[in-house]
Amino acid sequence: MSDVGPVVDDSPIGSAMRGVSPARKRAGRWLIAAASVILLATVLIQLLFVTGVTETGFENWRPVVYAWLLWSVSIGAAQVIIRGERGQRALFILPAVLFTVAMVIFPTLSGFYIALTDWNLSQLEGRHFNGLDNLKSLFHDAYFWNALGNMVYYVLAVLVQYAIAFSLALMLNTDIRARKFFRVAFLLPFMLSPVAVSWMVGKSMMEFRFGPLAGLARHLGWDSPSFFTTPMIARGSVMAMDAWVSIPFVMVLLLAGLQALPGEVMEAAKVDGASPWQSFWKIVFPLTLPVSVTALILRIIFELKLADIVITVTDGGPGGATDTVSSFIFREYRERSNVGYGTMLAQFYFILIIVFVTLLLAGASRLMKRYS
Amino acid sequence: MTSHAHAQSRPMRRLKKHGGRTLIYIALLFWTVVSLFPIYWTVTTSFKAAVDVTQGHIVPWYDYTPKWLGWRSLGLSPDTIWADSTVRNEFLFRFQNSVILSVGAAFLGITIGSLAAYGLTRFEYRFGPWRNKDISSFFLSQLILPPVVLAMPFLVLYKQVALFDTRIGLILIYTLSVLPIIIWIMRDQFAAIPHELEQAAFIDGCSVWGSFLRIVLPIALPGMAAAFILSVVICWNEYFFAALLSSTSAKTLPVMVASQTGSQGINWWSMAALSTAAIAPLALIGIFMERWIVKGLTAGAVK
Repeated sequence: MSDVGPVVDDSPIGSAMRGVSPARKRAGRWLIAAASVILLATVLIQLLFVTGVTETGFENWRPVVYAWLLWSVSIGAAQVIIRGERGQRALFILPAVLFTVAMVIFPTLSGFYIALTDWNLSQLEGRHFNGLDNLKSLFHDAYFWNALGNMVYYVLAVLVQYAIAFSLALMLNTDIRARKFFRVAFLLPFMLSPVAVSWMVGKSMMEFRFGPLAGLARHLGWDSPSFFTTPMIARGSVMAMDAWVSIPFVMVLLLAGLQALPGEVMEAAKVDGASPWQSFWKIVFPLTLPVSVTALILRIIFELKLADIVITVTDGGPGGATDTVSSFIFREYRERSNVGYGTMLAQFYFILIIVFVTLLLAGASRLMKRYS
Repeated sequence: MTSHAHAQSRPMRRLKKHGGRTLIYIALLFWTVVSLFPIYWTVTTSFKAAVDVTQGHIVPWYDYTPKWLGWRSLGLSPDTIWADSTVRNEFLFRFQNSVILSVGAAFLGITIGSLAAYGLTRFEYRFGPWRNKDISSFFLSQLILPPVVLAMPFLVLYKQVALFDTRIGLILIYTLSVLPIIIWIMRDQFAAIPHELEQAAFIDGCSVWGSFLRIVLPIALPGMAAAFILSVVICWNEYFFAALLSSTSAKTLPVMVASQTGSQGINWWSMAALSTAAIAPLALIGIFMERWIVKGLTAGAVK
C-alpha cells in the first residue's frame, strides 16, 4: 500500500490518512486536552471565586471568553494535525459552527433559566427561582394575548404587501422606459432605517396639525385626520409604514422570478390569444409560485419580529391596539425592568414561532408538490 | 370575413395597448411619488423654519426660502461647521459607531459565512447524526430567532463578560443575525461555480485551502460583495439590540434618532436634519449599488 503513488490513489480518505504519523496524532490529542484543561480551569476558578469559596479570581467572566477562543482555535488546529486533509476540510465549517453554538446555545439555555425566575431590576431583592409562576401570569396577561392577536393582523397584512409588490413587479417587467430609474426609486424605502421612517412618516407626515398626509386627508374630506387615536386606524397606519419599508423586498424577489421566466412561455401565451388576466393566472402565477412562496415565508418570518416602528411611533398604543409581541416585551424590559417575566414571554413566543413556521414550511412544501 | 374583422380590431387593439401603457406609466409614477415623497419631505423639512412647517410649505424656493436652521442645530450648517459643537460631536460619534458596527459585523459574517457555505457545497460532513443538510438548516433556522428571545440573556451575559455597551459586543450579535442570510446567499454562489476548476487545481498539487483562496474566491467575489452590502444595510438599520445593549459608548445612529423622536420639544427641522443625515449613506448605497443589493436579495431565492 505504501508504494502506491499519489497519482493512482486519489480517494479522499486514502490521501487523508497519508502523511499523518502516530506522533502527530498524539500531539493533536495533547493540544485538545491542554486547551480543554485551560478552559475548564478558567471556568472553575471563576466559579469558585463568584460563589465565594476562594478569594482569588478575575474581575469578570471575560477570561472565560478568551479561554473559549483559545479552545476553539486549538480544536481547529488539532483537526488539521490529527486528520490531515479531512481536518482542513472541517476547518471551513468550524468557525461558523463554533461561533453560532457559542452565541445561541448559551443565551437560549440561560434564557430558559431566567424565564423561571422572579427578577425585577428595579427591586433590590435580586432574582430568585419561582418555577412556573411567570407562565401562570402569562396566561392571565390580557395585554400579551392582545399583542399576540395583533400579530395575526400584521401577518395577514403581508398578503397585501405581496399583492402590491406583485403588481409593481409585473409593471416593471413590461417593456417600459426608464426602468432603471423606477427600480432604484422603488427600492429606496427598503434601505432606510425603520426608526428614521418612524419619524419621517409616522411623526411628521402623519402629524395631526402640519403633516402633509393629514393635510391630504383633510382635503379628501376627513375632518380630523388623526392616524393614531382609534385602534383600527392606528394599526392600519403602522401597517402602512411597515408595508412602505418592506414592499421593495418582496418586489425585488418577484421581479427576479419574472425575469427568470423563459421568454417563449410568454410569447406562446400571447399567440394563443389569452387575455393578460388569463395568461397571468394560468401561466405567470403558477410558474413564479416558488419565488412567491419564498418571498412570503421570508416576509412572514421578518414580520414576526416587527418592533422598531411600533416602539418609536405608537409605543403600542392606543390601548395596545398596535402592540406587537416584540414591542410589548421591549416595554416590559425597558419600562418595568421585569426581566424574568419578559424573558418568559419571549421564550413562549419563540416556541409559538417555531411551531408556526414549521407548519408554514410544511404547508408550503405540500403546495409546491401539488403544483409541480 | 375573418380578415375584415381582424383589420377592424387592429386599431382597437393598438388603442387598448396604448391605453394600458399609459395606465402602467401612471401607476409607476404614482408609486414613485409614494416611494420618494417621504424622503423628499424629510430633506426639504430640514431646511425649513417654524413658519414654513406650520403653513405646510412643500416646494423650496417656490413657497419658502430654504434656511439652515435644522443643520445649524446639528452643527453642520456652513456657519457652524468650523465652530465647536457638542451635538455634532455626538452625531459624528454615533455615525462612526454605526459604520464600525455594520462594516465590522458584515466583514466577520462574510468571512466565517463564506467559509461555511463553501464547505457545505463541496464536502460531505458528518457530525454525529447530522449531515450537510442538517448543518445547513441549523444555520438557516437562526433566521427565525426573534431578537427579543436573545436580548435579555445577552444583556445578562454581556454584563458578566464585560461586553455590555461595547462595539465588539454588538458586532458579535450583528454577525449572528446576518450569518444565516450570508450563508444562504454564498451557498448559492459557490454551488454555481463548476467543481472542475478546483479538481484541476488539486491535480496541480494545490491544497483544499489553496484552491479555495486562489481559484474559487476570486470568482465568488461579486457574490460576496452583494452579501456584504446587504449585511451592512441590515446592521446599519438595526435598532432593537442597539437600544437594549448599549448605554453610552456603543450607541448607534438609529438609537440617537429614536431618543430624539421621543422628546416632544424637539423641532421638526432639527429632527429632519438628523433623519436626513442618518438615511443619507444608505440612500446613496441604494442609488449607486442597487444592482448589488438586488443580487444579494435574489441569490438563493430565485432558481
